Amino acid sequence: MADAAAARTEVRPMPGEPSAWQQLKVNRNWLGFWFMVPAMAFLVLFLVYPLGKGLWMSFTDARIGREGRFVGLENFEWLSEDSDFIRALIFTIVFTFVASAVKFAIGLYLALLLNNNLPFKAFIRSVVLIPFIVPTVLSAVAFWWIFDTQFSVITWGLVKLGIIDRGSPINWMGDPFMAQCVVIFANIWRGIPFIAITLLAGLQTVSPSLYEAATLDGATRWQTFRYVTYPLLTPIIAVVMTFSVLFTFTDFQLIWAMTRGGPVNATHLMATLSYQRGILGGNLGEGAAIAISMVPFLLAAIMFSWFGLQRRKWQQGESND
Amino acid sequence: MASVDIRDVRKSFGSTAIIHGVSVPIADGEFVVLVGPSGCGKSTLLRMIAGLENITGGEIAIGDRVVNNVPPKERDIAMVFQNYALYPHMTVADNMGFSLKLRNAPQSEIDAKVKRAAEILNLGALLDRFPRQLSGGQRQRVAMGRAIVRDPQVFLFDEPLSNLDAKLRVAMRTEIKELHQRLKTTTVYVTHDQIEAMTMADKIVVMHDGIVEQMGAPLDLYDNPVNLFVAGFIGSPAMNFLRGKIDGQFFVLEGGARLPLGTPPSASASQPAIYGIRPEHFLIDNEAGAEAEVVVVEPTGSEIQVVARLDGQEVIAVFRERHDFKPGDKIRLGTDRRVTHLFDAQSGKTLARQ
Repeated sequence: MADAAAARTEVRPMPGEPSAWQQLKVNRNWLGFWFMVPAMAFLVLFLVYPLGKGLWMSFTDARIGREGRFVGLENFEWLSEDSDFIRALIFTIVFTFVASAVKFAIGLYLALLLNNNLPFKAFIRSVVLIPFIVPTVLSAVAFWWIFDTQFSVITWGLVKLGIIDRGSPINWMGDPFMAQCVVIFANIWRGIPFIAITLLAGLQTVSPSLYEAATLDGATRWQTFRYVTYPLLTPIIAVVMTFSVLFTFTDFQLIWAMTRGGPVNATHLMATLSYQRGILGGNLGEGAAIAISMVPFLLAAIMFSWFGLQRRKWQQGESND
Repeated sequence: MASVDIRDVRKSFGSTAIIHGVSVPIADGEFVVLVGPSGCGKSTLLRMIAGLENITGGEIAIGDRVVNNVPPKERDIAMVFQNYALYPHMTVADNMGFSLKLRNAPQSEIDAKVKRAAEILNLGALLDRFPRQLSGGQRQRVAMGRAIVRDPQVFLFDEPLSNLDAKLRVAMRTEIKELHQRLKTTTVYVTHDQIEAMTMADKIVVMHDGIVEQMGAPLDLYDNPVNLFVAGFIGSPAMNFLRGKIDGQFFVLEGGARLPLGTPPSASASQPAIYGIRPEHFLIDNEAGAEAEVVVVEPTGSEIQVVARLDGQEVIAVFRERHDFKPGDKIRLGTDRRVTHLFDAQSGKTLARQ
């Protein structure tokens, strides 16, 4: 027994200097790296590679079935003079800005409403989520019918109310400006639940005693919102609006299912235009260039949120309690 | 400053009545402590004074004005919450000045009042900090500063010390009492801790199950509890209760041991009763004392707590003088007959003070 114990505690002689590979295998500092490898491999395969490939293609004149030649910035130069691209770019920005602003306003309002003690609270909250649950294409088809020039239920309603004349129906999807309004409306309808429910979650982390303290301090409802609720909600607003802007900017399904970018390319977003040119038109290089043009805008949105998300001064501080 | 008059106040949440007619007169400048076990309705009563809960029945008046339908901000009260309820995104100074800012007071006035409150509470160096950067005691003081700045008619405290550690709690107790002596603002203070109630109050209101069991000065409650509940709730360690019956000059325990009584209640001879005696009123009486067996001895330095079995019932005795008891020792416990209590075994009401 004693011998066995002695043998176990005996220091094993080192066979010379361990090799670099040996060290990598046992060094604690490298251990973390090894654990990250699977996740990194996944990211490289599905994120870095497609992005890199897309970037490369945007510098080539690749077409479907033909390996491209490197053409430098030619695709981008060409796009900068392409009125359809410029129009899609401007519409994407307007689309994102208007839809995000309205979604934020209505989402915040809904969240504040739902944060009250309402009867059937759980039921109303789940109803609010419906637009988010319905598959995008399905809701797009529904909107398509609602706004169809001939069969529109809205037009029918307005005619019945005597507001418009039966002989001159509203050309919802045929008129470029109307069509733009309709797709923005559809995007807002679909995007509100995400914002409302996320902000509601944020609201519920605010201690009720803060509202009571504000009430006793003499704050009106508006002042309570302005000085207590809103400042406490800013971190979560930054997160949710970043996501909302990214989702809206890159929207594809809704537009494609409703208008395919028409009429006369008025409702093309950069994503739909990229798909049309790259996949349907076969000009992979050009499509990639359009897609890559979105990157600076998305980066700007991410940077904006990165600064917005930084812990504010009041969230920091030593936790010495 | 103002008096507060609570007249037959009732509160129900839906069909559940939780306060069944409570009347408490509070004089101008008085420090009143509402004390009771959790769920007795004391916090709800305080929140009704603040206007955070509706009053189901009865009236609450602040000064001469009935405030049942007056919104909280017009009641001229300030409240300190259990979790302090400091606005996390505002500095200490902004937290304290918030109510003045809402009233559109000029910045110079806000600064002056905040500065004065900060001096009173020793917060001068912390005015630019955020609540997260403060310790529990400092946060507590900021919460009080927020109340002081408003210079209200009434201060309301809702268990303000229960989030602090024991040592800090004792220090803050003194601080709040000093503050009250200095400002002389009418104060209503809610706590479940009877020591806080005893040490701070001008008047204690003992609540239980939505009614007032007794109210009065701390020592009055201590010496003359009107029923078993108050007798057991006030005082630590709690009063000992022994079952038995009255027999002339003595109280006879169930096992036959006899404890002396002062003047026995005439009409209640030989009826079952409960004999109450505070731990510090036991004494060692080697001639006439009842025999008890020591179970546990707990010296605290200033005194010794002895848990003993007296006639089959456990009692706690506290002695200021030092005894060298060991578990298993037989001791003879006597009582100071002037300070014993008798309660009716059925109703729990005090029969007679001995």
